[in-house]
Amino acid sequence: MTEEKKKIKMAVYWGAACGGCCVSVLDVHESLFTVVEHADLVFWPIALDTKYADVEAMEDKSIDLTLFNGAVRNSENEHMAHVLRKKSKVLVAYGSCAHMGGIPGLANLSSKKEVFRRAYHDSESTVNPDKIEPQTVTEVKEGTLTLPEFYEEVKTLDQVTDVDYYLPGCPPNTARLVEVFLAVVTGAELPPSGSVVGASDKPLCDECKREKSDNKKVKKFYRPWEVQDDYKTCLLEQGIVCMGPATRSGCGARCIEGNGPCRGCYGPTKDVVDPGAKMMSAIATMIDSNDEEEIKKIVESVVDPAGTFYRVSVPGSIIRRKVS
Amino acid sequence: MSYEPKIVGFLCNWCSYTGADLAGTSRMKYPSNIRILRVMCSGRVDPTFVLKAFREGADAVLICGCHPGDCHYHEGNYKCLRRYHVLKKYIEQMGIDPKRLRLEWVSASEGKQFAALVEEYTQQIRELGPCAVKEELDKGEKKKETVDADLAKTA
Ligand code: SF4
Ligand code: SF4
Ligand code: FES
Repeated sequence: MTEEKKKIKMAVYWGAACGGCCVSVLDVHESLFTVVEHADLVFWPIALDTKYADVEAMEDKSIDLTLFNGAVRNSENEHMAHVLRKKSKVLVAYGSCAHMGGIPGLANLSSKKEVFRRAYHDSESTVNPDKIEPQTVTEVKEGTLTLPEFYEEVKTLDQVTDVDYYLPGCPPNTARLVEVFLAVVTGAELPPSGSVVGASDKPLCDECKREKSDNKKVKKFYRPWEVQDDYKTCLLEQGIVCMGPATRSGCGARCIEGNGPCRGCYGPTKDVVDPGAKMMSAIATMIDSNDEEEIKKIVESVVDPAGTFYRVSVPGSIIRRKVS
Repeated sequence: MSYEPKIVGFLCNWCSYTGADLAGTSRMKYPSNIRILRVMCSGRVDPTFVLKAFREGADAVLICGCHPGDCHYHEGNYKCLRRYHVLKKYIEQMGIDPKRLRLEWVSASEGKQFAALVEEYTQQIRELGPCAVKEELDKGEKKKETVDADLAKTA
């Protein structure tokens, strides 16, 4: 065998995640061979049995590329974020949860107390007569048991450590991942730290094939199941809240292709601080009335602004959780 | 010291700011609780401005624009009115009392009305007490020391 090519060291980790991001890495299909040809996977809990202690023992900056997916919900997630930051040359917030909080971030619309009450007491499937809640430290006769601390709020990765790049999506489009991966292994010049990679600066509407007019006017907003889609007109123009105008393109408009509205998983377009604020502006422009009472009625038809405009970005937004 | 609310005011250049100016040049008295920012039109008030004001410690936000039909840019105040109702619904979901956001029309000649409005609104917010956003959200911010302390455990 000829001299082995120098491989990069790569890690994939999940914080508060659904597993979808790790699966999106597997979705590279045959390209997985390209990946393993160029990279040694040194840590990937979904697939390999590397222990945290093994990672902690690695040399600092010895991992070339870490894809961190999932939000930071508890002290274990945060600890691994710190460790992986220290051990990695390039740390990527991979997917909507690491980027902006994602679907787990919707928990920021409730307090920790409310989450615990629902999960350990009130939920229909819970039987908990002794009212037991998880404790970080429990003494038993065999010794001390510990659990990670569940935080008051869900955080984004960059709220607990420094992040080099953001690769957005729920999950990221696999083709984008391969592009970014190849850029790293071929030693191509990387964009400035802090950039969003694997996405475009333009809004999704530019990439969407639905017919759209410039004059969007709406008398009532609908939830997707309340109205029959005509399968060709822009969803917003049909009154279905679609995050397209406030969202980066790069996904290939895959939700629209499936006749569903965009939920904003690629995050806000360039220079937009708050994704929901941008969408609130867009919606306000579309409301077809100048009469205050009628405006109020139309606004009522936007059932859940926080959960709709910030579906995947509550922790990454300006008012990042509900206050008491 | 008794609690004094901080109110951020976004006033449009053509009517409301001129109205506030009139209140000033006519030496009318109104509480200094309001911090006024001049914008060209109430339609320029991006929801981001309002959210940032709350995030940075405003107890209330008051937006003032020209009366309906009088906007220098024709439609700006209607746009603002629509945004305002969407925003109110959103901030309420985030635990911010919607009374903390208010929109009023003030013309260039309504200096007196402006002074009375600020007086009345300041009193209302004073009774409502401080807005919790800044204090609560400041708490959870990233701290370098926590990173170091956490990593020290593994060293
Ligand atoms: S709003 Fe949605 S459906 Fe309409 S053009 Fe934009 S992405 Fe397409
Ligand atoms: S259409 Fe929107 S929600 Fe769907 S994948 Fe693309 S960015 Fe994400
Ligand atoms: S210029 Fe006054 S509201 Fe538009």
